[in-house]
Amino acid sequence: MTVIDNHDVLRKDGEVRLSEASARDFFELLKPRVMSLVVFTAFAGLVLAPGPIHPVLGAIAILCIAVGAGASGALNMWYDADIDAVMTRTARRPIPAGRITPSEALAFGLTLSVFSVVILGLVVNWLSAGILAFTIFFYAVIYTMWLKRSTPQNIVIGGAAGAFPPVIGWACVTGGVSFESVILFLIIFLWTPAHFWALALFKMRDYESVGVPMLPNVAGEATTKNQIVVYAVLTALCAVVPALTGAASIGYGAVASLLGGIFVYCSIAVWRMPDGDQKMIPAKKMFAFSIFYLFAIFSALMIDRFAAGALGLIGGIL
Amino acid sequence: METVKLTEAQRKSRRGRNIALGLALGGLVLLFYVVTLVKIGGNMLTG
Repeated sequence: MTVIDNHDVLRKDGEVRLSEASARDFFELLKPRVMSLVVFTAFAGLVLAPGPIHPVLGAIAILCIAVGAGASGALNMWYDADIDAVMTRTARRPIPAGRITPSEALAFGLTLSVFSVVILGLVVNWLSAGILAFTIFFYAVIYTMWLKRSTPQNIVIGGAAGAFPPVIGWACVTGGVSFESVILFLIIFLWTPAHFWALALFKMRDYESVGVPMLPNVAGEATTKNQIVVYAVLTALCAVVPALTGAASIGYGAVASLLGGIFVYCSIAVWRMPDGDQKMIPAKKMFAFSIFYLFAIFSALMIDRFAAGALGLIGGIL
Repeated sequence: METVKLTEAQRKSRRGRNIALGLALGGLVLLFYVVTLVKIGGNMLTG
């Protein structure tokens, strides 16, 4: 077999296809916006974990987690290129737009996966590398190749992949998993369904056209809205737990309660949206607020930790 | 002899990819060097 027997390389007219993809196109394969959320929550796990880590090793750990998350994104784009081509939200991605071939994306994703996991293991510890490897496998294989196209509970179970980064960050520092890191996992895990089902409501037609069994398409708008409220309430409650266990202060508890209250209020607005509403403004507001909510909760946790540290230092000096 | 001729767009994009790859590999070298210093300790710098 020669390189020109590879159908990716040959164009329809039989000429050899030479890539015109830029470095930016390959970067786009990594889903940078998802990566930024992963980096942020992994950094939160690193900062909130008890114990020190050398800042250089910590920075490299975050880089490996970011690259691992990006690799998952590339593998997802490789597998979902067929449905991405049909949905308006994803039609301009590098593979459906023809800038990168599927095999290039696969090779890129696999290479980054291996490098990110191995370097994290060598630089920090093998538990965090193992959890990163499992996260990549979970997202690319369990969610993308299996759950996404086969069950309306796809993003409930698959959402675990997005919840692992703070656990990895925590494991980088402590070398283990603890109750507190599991709470960080649960906050994101419970947040994911409300976040994605709000999106799925106003992108129902897109998902319908590619046969992805999102909850609104399978069970209807009413059921989806009920579930969004349930998961919003569970998320709001879970986010307050650190204040109840003493891992965070009462001040954090108050902020988390306020943010959680707004999150639940947004979900109730979605619940009250009439079925068949075309504009779905409450769902779009819910989706937008859910992103702010997660950033705000994890920021509040980190600020609370810094404040506690600063107060302790001042107390020690006095 | 017939050879493959790159268009201007293909040449430019290949150059961009090569630069990005070079920077990534250089960054990796730097990363391993810095990690070695950190792990073995600062004593190396003072001899």
